[in-house]
Amino acid sequence: MANVADTMPDPMTGEDGIPLKTKLRIAERRNRIKAALLVLPLFAFILVTFLVPIGQMLYRSVENNIIADNLPRTIELLSEWDGNNLPPEPVFETMVAELKIARETKEIGKIGKRLNYEMSGMLSLFKKSGRKVRKLETGPYKEALIKIDKDWGDPEVWATIKQVSDRITGSYYLAAVDLKRSPQGEIVAQPDYKQIYVSLFIKTLWISLLVTMTCILLGFPVSFLLSNLPMRTSNLLMILVLLPFWTSLLVRTTSWIALLQSEGMINDLLVTIGFIGDDERLKMMFNQTGTIIAMTHILLPFMILPLYSVMKTISPSYVRAARSLGANPFTAFWRIYFPQTLPGIGAGSILVFILSIGYYITPALVGGQDGQLISNLIAYHMQSSLNWGLAAALGSILLAGVLVLYMIYNKIVGIDNMKLG
Amino acid sequence: MKSILKYSALVAAAVGMTASVAQAEDITVVSWGGAYTQSQVKAYHQPWMANTGNVINSEDYSGGLAEVRAQTEAGNVTWDLLDVTMSDAIAGCDEGIFEAVDHDALLAAAPDGTKPTGDFLEGSLGECFIPQIVYSTVWAYSKKAFPDGGPQNIMDVFDLEKFPGKRALQKSPLYNLEWALMADGVPSDQVYDVLETEEGVERAFAKLDTIKDQVVWWTAGAQPPQLMADGEVVVGTAYNGRWFSAIAEEKQPFEMIWYGQALDLDGWAILKGGSKKDTVKDFLKFATDTQRLADQAKYISYGPARKSSAPLVGKHAELGIDMGPHMPTNPDNMTEAFMTNFDFWADNKDELNERFQAWIAG
Repeated sequence: MANVADTMPDPMTGEDGIPLKTKLRIAERRNRIKAALLVLPLFAFILVTFLVPIGQMLYRSVENNIIADNLPRTIELLSEWDGNNLPPEPVFETMVAELKIARETKEIGKIGKRLNYEMSGMLSLFKKSGRKVRKLETGPYKEALIKIDKDWGDPEVWATIKQVSDRITGSYYLAAVDLKRSPQGEIVAQPDYKQIYVSLFIKTLWISLLVTMTCILLGFPVSFLLSNLPMRTSNLLMILVLLPFWTSLLVRTTSWIALLQSEGMINDLLVTIGFIGDDERLKMMFNQTGTIIAMTHILLPFMILPLYSVMKTISPSYVRAARSLGANPFTAFWRIYFPQTLPGIGAGSILVFILSIGYYITPALVGGQDGQLISNLIAYHMQSSLNWGLAAALGSILLAGVLVLYMIYNKIVGIDNMKLG
Repeated sequence: MKSILKYSALVAAAVGMTASVAQAEDITVVSWGGAYTQSQVKAYHQPWMANTGNVINSEDYSGGLAEVRAQTEAGNVTWDLLDVTMSDAIAGCDEGIFEAVDHDALLAAAPDGTKPTGDFLEGSLGECFIPQIVYSTVWAYSKKAFPDGGPQNIMDVFDLEKFPGKRALQKSPLYNLEWALMADGVPSDQVYDVLETEEGVERAFAKLDTIKDQVVWWTAGAQPPQLMADGEVVVGTAYNGRWFSAIAEEKQPFEMIWYGQALDLDGWAILKGGSKKDTVKDFLKFATDTQRLADQAKYISYGPARKSSAPLVGKHAELGIDMGPHMPTNPDNMTEAFMTNFDFWADNKDELNERFQAWIAG
């Protein structure tokens, strides 16, 4: 456009002598600023509540300043240590000096807690030593420290301290995929009895997929019915879909417990009508089955609503046309109607899948032994063990997983094909 | 009237700029909510507010230190005093989010003059922790399931042949490992020595394996009495206060098994970075004196953490039940009881929890 304008020999001017082109540009810029100002609150909101916390989480999953900040000289000396026998006397001497400082600044608990993630027992080792080094005035410090606690005579303790001295660490990510660094610095698998996270990630993905599939299977006919009934009836049915949607999550979860537990209503009914014996009551609660049933019910509206709004826009004349051209009912449905609902299925599936991947309350209450998801362990590390680094690493992996799946979805289905209505 | 005015003016002048303590101030005290907070409001908050004119904003939280840590890290501490378990108090002290306290200087002496360090139960004071109550996690059984007498001890609850049926256990390695060892023949006072060793941990898990497929795992304190009332389990563990209210208030046919109860402490911790230290300390001194701790037991069945409070424990305020026998600290309830080893759990919580989660999923 600009080129065309430039080549014009005699630019048009307004009454005030300013070229129209300039006036247009000013007006356009004004509109752009207005538009930007309108978006600004939303942008600021997203920045504060979404981007900054995610950035913080990513930072926290690798941040590791506590050791480097509080034991700087010990670490410097340890870097020259070959890791075979015990470190030499000067290392012990600086450690004693820095333990004294850390005791004064009250950082000693944090140091011990950080090291305890790598090796159980470090927390009490540091707290105990911090209390006792105060009286230590003269060397040899090596013997004195080992006398305070014999663990100081274990080269593995020193190797662990050396390993977590970097300010940026990958150890949380290693822990999040059931790996660790051996004292020699190699990456090795955790012992069998401590491997939990990888299988839990897989189980979380699997259950989310299963919930999404059951939501499609159950939601599709309901949405079809809703969109094809006369307005009056379909509105009534819609309320039945929305009513549970508006009910508290906890209420819905606990009602499922009342229904499904082995002394619950469904089992009682089955026993009363003689379908099963009193001692062969079905186990439908406090296991994976219970988790899937309750989650499917809770997430079903997220499938029905986008499906319904897409189906509403599909003109019935397409199917009629297919039928009149000789297609049998199934072909008309499968080749003509169903492809048009794909955007709705896509939107609903993404909603349900992403929501269920981070599901927390329901699995915690009805999951029992095998229905637990990764979010329950993230919550544990946030609230109970206070290992926020590991919680952040687990969360980041989950986030990366969702993004990858989203990209795959985009490749296969195309995100432009997603419709919420 | 005139003389009162004159007097108060004099006092104000004497106290001068430091009078802020005497002025009414709002403090935010955070606790677990429900019946427990109610017992604190009645026994501590209301009399203190009436005495001093200060106001307590009582807030609820669900345990854990995540919120406190977020507040201190953001430098925006809005809570003043927090009700925590001893293990959380130790963890928070290590994290530097709680204030260290000098118990003898801060707290009231017993009526006979015994210093707080001598009056509170042995080992109950922590660097940042002022205990209020002793509570326990304890077994109980359903009398409906075992009308002719249920399990009497830890060996019995692990005996699926003698006492068949589902068990409710907390989804945590805490106490389950201890009890497994006790059921396997380890006396309660040696449990932690055995657990320190790798073989001990394996032995505990092996014993838990024997009942694993008969366990319903609970995560919230309200669940076990509910599970038992529904007939979902026949034996289970829960906090003693929960069993008490199910049995005494809701008249459920449950019977407690005090044998081998696991004792724990709950109390106060002062948040670092709060601005109302003097008022908070004044409240703490009042709320943890001998009479106040005994008063709390009128409303809830948790034992006072002061020795001098025990003889003052009376009847339940509404039910009129003599509360003494329902205290975890009652000598009759102490057979094979053990106090949680907080140092052991501080060191091994992370590792044992991972093992426990892997075991439970496997």
